[in-house]
Amino acid sequence: MTSATATATARSGRKRPARGAGHGAWFLVLPALIPILVLSVGPLLYGIALAFTDAQSGRTEPTRWIGTLNFQDLLHDTLFWDSFRIGLVWAVGVTVPQFALALGLALLLDQNLRFRWLARALAIIPWAMPEVVVGIMWRLVYHADAGILNETLRDTGLGDGRDWLTGLATALPAVIVVGIWAGMPQTTVALLAGLQNTPHELHEAAALDGAGAWRRFRTVTWPALRPVALAITALNFIWNFNSFALVYVLTSGGPGGRTRLPMLFAYEEAFRYGQFGYAAAMGCVMVAVISVILAFHLVGRLREGDDG
Amino acid sequence: MNTRTRGPVRAGQYAALLCYLVFLAFPLLWLISTAFKPAQELASLHPTWIPEHPTLGNFRQAFDEQPLVRAAGNSLVAALSTAVIAVVIATPLAYVMARTRGRLAAAATGWVVVSQAFPFVLLIIPLFLVLKNLRLINSVPGLVMVYVVWSLPFALWMLVGYVRAVPAELEEAASVDGAGRLRTLVSVTAPLLVPGIVATALFAFITAWNEFFFALVLLKSPEKQTLPVVLTHFLGAEGVADLGPLAAAAFLATLPSLVVFAVIQRRITGGMLAGAVKS
Repeated sequence: MTSATATATARSGRKRPARGAGHGAWFLVLPALIPILVLSVGPLLYGIALAFTDAQSGRTEPTRWIGTLNFQDLLHDTLFWDSFRIGLVWAVGVTVPQFALALGLALLLDQNLRFRWLARALAIIPWAMPEVVVGIMWRLVYHADAGILNETLRDTGLGDGRDWLTGLATALPAVIVVGIWAGMPQTTVALLAGLQNTPHELHEAAALDGAGAWRRFRTVTWPALRPVALAITALNFIWNFNSFALVYVLTSGGPGGRTRLPMLFAYEEAFRYGQFGYAAAMGCVMVAVISVILAFHLVGRLREGDDG
Repeated sequence: MNTRTRGPVRAGQYAALLCYLVFLAFPLLWLISTAFKPAQELASLHPTWIPEHPTLGNFRQAFDEQPLVRAAGNSLVAALSTAVIAVVIATPLAYVMARTRGRLAAAATGWVVVSQAFPFVLLIIPLFLVLKNLRLINSVPGLVMVYVVWSLPFALWMLVGYVRAVPAELEEAASVDGAGRLRTLVSVTAPLLVPGIVATALFAFITAWNEFFFALVLLKSPEKQTLPVVLTHFLGAEGVADLGPLAAAAFLATLPSLVVFAVIQRRITGGMLAGAVKS
């Protein structure tokens, strides 16, 4: 298909648009397709290739193919696997409670409550804020002396406050709470959209049959919501596992690497130590493991769907 | 729905809603409170919600300490260019994705989905090398190139929903009336798409305005850096920060996105809804 045929189609004007769009397709598609291929697909393949080289920044001798050496080194890199484990804990620790909280909020917002507009407006705020600002904002909340969290704890006598973000035991839970807060809007909006697609007649019919709230949720709401819920948790898991800015601003991966997510580790490896090949290999491992986990997630859900 | 909900249940729902409101609002309120507190109140061991002697000094100090105006200018240029270029190149593709069922539309849809799963590190290293060879490191145009491609998946996702919302019958009616395919697109479809295109552009604007990782890697010299990167300079070494100016600058950096978001909030949720329902 060339642009010549596209214009020919346009000039003849006999084609029905719904079917004929294919004839103008290349002409319409190229402006987006070229940047996608050049700046997304191409670099991705290049990145995978780099994982098999000893590419480094600022080195004079040429880059060489070294086969799977980077991957063999990664296998024995305990720091990387530590960060990988932290990434999984973080991703699960954010995704699961966030889903539960967002589902609760979405169910509330689906009700005919007063102040619903206010909750909707507020629920969207974390989405509009730059991640860097979200990180800064929570640093102010967690601040040992000037933070509102410790002051509230002191006021209510629940504790005498601590350095949340620098404590070895508290740092990861503290950043997880921020992650939950920051991702609430997308999850809530997606679930609310799903809820508003569930047929209300079914709800009313179930209520007339004497089904309680929990029973109605289980038999009517949840089955309709499940596809959306499945998609949003899968996406959230990936986004969280790959996240960077929030934790970079909150802790920079500290204390003692307790919050060093894989992306922070790979960023340091690539742009602080200049190990491009090695960092690319980390990226490959991250993609591979995420794909495997998600495949299991999806297959498990599909099978569950067959039974039900 | 549930007009017959009983009193205690309703009360419980309001209590739950209140908890959500507190959880969602308090960090932002605290940021604002901190931004208006004078230094001696920030040093106090018993911080208060309402500043006793509110001041604008933190804002002045923030502008003195870091080149916020220049950084905001860089962010504005990057975000505006991204928004315009992204919708100009995405709208035709979104149209094809929405109206055809060919291999091309399937491949584009597949890319939109798969691109969500890339760890950016796998993308940024080669992009860094390529842009370096093109001498586009440390330049806002180089950053915009990356932003455009990075904002495309969600832009396409939104636009496909908006195109599907335009009934194909309208276009067919136009072509029956003898309008050419290009004329149908320009005079029938495009006007109906304008609100959706504007919403998508504003969304691309916000994502670029807020973006941090690519800007951190690609922009090295201070005079080129965007607002989120400059904000991190307030954190200083070892995370010792001057809290007042930090809060003031962070609050200012958020205002444009909050305003834009307030304007398009409904359309974004509507776009997500359309994508979720009709894909």
